[in-house]
Amino acid sequence: MKALLTLFALLLTPPLLAQSALPPAPYADRQISDPALERKAKALMETIRCLTCQSQSIADSNASMAGDMRSQIRERIMAGEEPEHIRRWLIERYGDWVSYEPTADPVLWPLWGAPLLLIGLGLLLLRGRIKRKARR
Amino acid sequence: MRKLLIWLPLALFAGFFILFASGLLKPDDRVITSKQVGKTLPDFTLPPAASDRPALMSRELATGKPRLLNIFASWCVPCAAEAPQLLALKRAGVEIDAIAIRDAREDVDRFLARYGNPYDRIGLDARSSVQIALGSSGVPESFVIDGKGRIAYQHVGDIRADDIPMILQQLEDAR
Repeated sequence: MKALLTLFALLLTPPLLAQSALPPAPYADRQISDPALERKAKALMETIRCLTCQSQSIADSNASMAGDMRSQIRERIMAGEEPEHIRRWLIERYGDWVSYEPTADPVLWPLWGAPLLLIGLGLLLLRGRIKRKARR
Repeated sequence: MRKLLIWLPLALFAGFFILFASGLLKPDDRVITSKQVGKTLPDFTLPPAASDRPALMSRELATGKPRLLNIFASWCVPCAAEAPQLLALKRAGVEIDAIAIRDAREDVDRFLARYGNPYDRIGLDARSSVQIALGSSGVPESFVIDGKGRIAYQHVGDIRADDIPMILQQLEDAR
């Protein structure tokens, strides 16, 4: 019974379910011939999260849906669309979740603030040390 | 002040420990819901996916009466598990249309012959483009579309037997 359940659980893992019989979309695994456009597309794809393999970017994922998203992104960039426009379009559909690029959302303020805070603390420590050394 | 400062690293450690432990212990939620719920359906025209069902256009979903739009694929195991529930909804008078994702006509025909066909229309989305435009993150998913073509509700994953009353209620609420 336990083995059967394990087998069933394995059958339900998303990557397996994501594979279909169709060949990949035209630009899923083919680069744009213009290297500048391909660079733009690649940079965007590396910051868009795969919906099937949720800890990978669509640039790294072999899931068929990630392939379809790569193809769509390349086609839209070839049509002259700006990467940030495509990112906003995707966020409108899947929420901030889909983008790896941090936003200015209040929940992320500690993330942006932490480096400043740490540098401030470091400077304070440094000043203390210098003062002590000077006294000696 | 100095005495208190000595405890700062330990306090930080404890803080991070609690943060990470609570993150690890909290059950993982992998459901990505569509932000398009409440908005009008995207415009689309899809070719037919099955031999004996017509194709699907977005405006055919706005008929003045709520409909269920099921996203499925013949290669998807939970979709087969969901089939009896869709047939039960059909028997209860629900009008159901479908979008088949990355599918081939013979495969869809075989799937419907084997598991039953509750659908009025089936569109083929060979490149997942309508699926992405809907904000759908996988198969199966079901959307309740109200009479004006607005997305009223999204159900992620297969519809289980005990979800049926809730789906019927969502269809009723979308009226």
